[in-house]
Amino acid sequence: MATVRAVFRNGLRHARILKQQPTASYSSVASADRKFNKPIDYATSTYLAHSPATALANKELSEEVRKTSTTKKMNLFQAINDGLSTVLDRDEKACVFGEDVSFGGVFRCTMGLQERFGGERVFNTPLTEQGLVGFAIGLAAQGHTALAEIQFADYMFPAFDQLHNEASKMRYRSGGAEKFTSGRLLVRMPAGGVGHGALYHSQSPEGFFLGCQGLKVVIPRGPIQAKGLLLSAVESPDPVVFMEPKILYRAAVEHVPTDYYTLPIGKAEILKPGKDITLISYGTLTYACEMAAKHAKEQLGLDVEVIDLRTVHPWDRETVFASVNKTGRCVVVHEASRSGGIGESVAGDVQENCFLRLEAPVARVTGWDVPNALQFEDFMIPDVCRKFPIHQPFQWIANTINRYL
Amino acid sequence: MFRTSSNALRASLRPVTVGRVAGRRAVTLDASKAHVQDAVPEDAEQKFKISLQPEAFEFYELNPEDVGLELEVSKSQLKKMYYDMVAIRRMELAADKLYKEKKIRGFCHLSTGQEAVAVGIEHAITPEDNVITAYRCHGFAYMRGGTVKSIIGELLGKRHGIAHGKGGSMHMFAKGFFGGNGIVGAQVPVGAGIGFAMGYMGKPNTTFALYGDGASNQGQVFEAFNMAKLWKVPVIFGCENNKYGMGTAAHRSSALTEYYKRGQYIPGLKVNGMDALAVLKASQFAKEYTVSGKGPLVMEFVTYRYGGHSMSDPGTTYRPREEILHMRSSQDPISGLRQRIVDWGVLTEEELKAVDKEARAKVDAEVKEAEADVPPENTAKMLFEDIYVPGSNPEYIRGRTVEETYYFDQ
Repeated sequence: MATVRAVFRNGLRHARILKQQPTASYSSVASADRKFNKPIDYATSTYLAHSPATALANKELSEEVRKTSTTKKMNLFQAINDGLSTVLDRDEKACVFGEDVSFGGVFRCTMGLQERFGGERVFNTPLTEQGLVGFAIGLAAQGHTALAEIQFADYMFPAFDQLHNEASKMRYRSGGAEKFTSGRLLVRMPAGGVGHGALYHSQSPEGFFLGCQGLKVVIPRGPIQAKGLLLSAVESPDPVVFMEPKILYRAAVEHVPTDYYTLPIGKAEILKPGKDITLISYGTLTYACEMAAKHAKEQLGLDVEVIDLRTVHPWDRETVFASVNKTGRCVVVHEASRSGGIGESVAGDVQENCFLRLEAPVARVTGWDVPNALQFEDFMIPDVCRKFPIHQPFQWIANTINRYL
Repeated sequence: MFRTSSNALRASLRPVTVGRVAGRRAVTLDASKAHVQDAVPEDAEQKFKISLQPEAFEFYELNPEDVGLELEVSKSQLKKMYYDMVAIRRMELAADKLYKEKKIRGFCHLSTGQEAVAVGIEHAITPEDNVITAYRCHGFAYMRGGTVKSIIGELLGKRHGIAHGKGGSMHMFAKGFFGGNGIVGAQVPVGAGIGFAMGYMGKPNTTFALYGDGASNQGQVFEAFNMAKLWKVPVIFGCENNKYGMGTAAHRSSALTEYYKRGQYIPGLKVNGMDALAVLKASQFAKEYTVSGKGPLVMEFVTYRYGGHSMSDPGTTYRPREEILHMRSSQDPISGLRQRIVDWGVLTEEELKAVDKEARAKVDAEVKEAEADVPPENTAKMLFEDIYVPGSNPEYIRGRTVEETYYFDQ
């Protein structure tokens, strides 16, 4: 432990870097001298199923699926496409609509759906986010399955009124009357950084939904999750906002069961059990957490537990509290800005519920509280070491653990 | 029930073939049909009268005679308009090239083909007037005084880009130019506010709030129309109708594709947006109309984008190649104006070639400078600048960890 202590003390000293003269220039490619900030290697990540056997070993799948399903290699947008066509196939009252979806959408998620299911079930809407979400709510309230797409999560704000004031409150304000729900409503939107989206194409607005009671926000980290969670979301009696990390559309590739299957909404997934520290994330950054956990094990001998929230609102308290009660340490990682992010909600609830077991304050490693600038985008997103011109490893895990020692 | 009872709805949602898209809406884009009324004077600065063809405009709740077809231009102005269009196209081509070389990253929307709108409007207004537009903003930024270096520098993410390299393609500002806006339609009510201030201060100025045919269906556009008419705001709602909102043809997204009529209670003027002189004349009228206290005006500039919606769209999957080729060969705004300049004897072919050469050389030199510019410095100060006005800022802004907290007074 003495070495660990020294590493972290050293880390703290370097943390005053903001006052130092920097040397490196921003870059969207990790430079070679950064030992730990290697690009994520999705092909070797253990958080993706690289063989049919791994895909079907998933205990969350039904026995039938595990025994009889075949698998197909897909990336995330193909898995979404597969999910949507499964819904359209099974449910003749399902409709897919959004801006440019009949041509496949900007990220190719709806490719071929119009050809297969016809223009009356898969159609383009005008550029009217507020209108199209309102329309989706009305359609769902009539017992249909509304699969709406907002082209970028950044464009959802005109529709935020409909989501927050209409969709999320419909059940409550009708006193739970059976007909007045907006279940079977799925609003999909690509979110998160893509390396160069700048102000209005790279934001992660999931935190804005923390105050919306009555709807759920789901963020998948890979193709298997994307399909399984999408199919669950469609069946959900509550409206679901489905944020797809756009950088993973092509990057995350794995074997996906071709049969119908669902994964639970509202339930986190423990990706790697551990005993020393709980690392909580979702979507894209779960892969950075995987790398960080690996380095922490190799360099410091720390056994990190990694949790993928999957549903970020309302998130799975049970799993998180159990984990933190076990490890006594908790770091939440997301690329949305620190203020108003999911991390605040997790940190607040963890300290209320696990206080006596906590060995250190709950830490958050998040994007900065600044708008998403074009030139700084890569820099905005947390990674294994922070991207400040400092070569100190484990900066962001280090800051937390430093307080424990 | 949905399947059996609403055949009409189903029919309306059925996809329309591309062939029908092309045939259904013939745009009246006859560039270069204007003629000179008197002889062209020797003096480059002396004004002379020209007349546009009646097809240049269509009217909604407007008296055609009030608008008129005559306008005055000078030789030097025609030359400048031509130069500006050539320079914008050259700049867009440079952006295209840099993008393909992967030096420009992210979203990049080029206005090749639509140059006449930015140039025609700018030549009708003064620097004290205001313009606000959507994401296809490079040409407007240039016309409003942004240099090629600052615009290309912005695309490259350089420190001396027009927004310090933090905005990129969609986000550019200059004096009297309020952006560049990445959110479809959001700029329209902002334009109404800018216009209201002009009227409130009694300034003889107007505001052009521009948006595309795609954005015209956003609710806030109609909210802005209502406020502007209610309060007689000097604002021009200018719809640049390039026929496609991303990949969706106008008639597939809009119940009424006559965008100049969409103000309902606001008079409208449809303009051949491929003809810089028609845009010039219409914009002169629009400024006069709005500044005189008559309230807002809706304009539709019928134009065409040669390229895709953005760099990632080849632009050929939702429209026939022949349509693009046809527009390029017969309706090009630069060729149209060039033809008239030659026909009227304003400049010779030789002189025009010299203008082309000058525009190319100047743009290329500035692009080079932009490429050589530095990226923003790697400091926390740079990261946190411009979030709050100095003095009004909080004591600190939090970073990703406590140690990264940035104190403004340090």
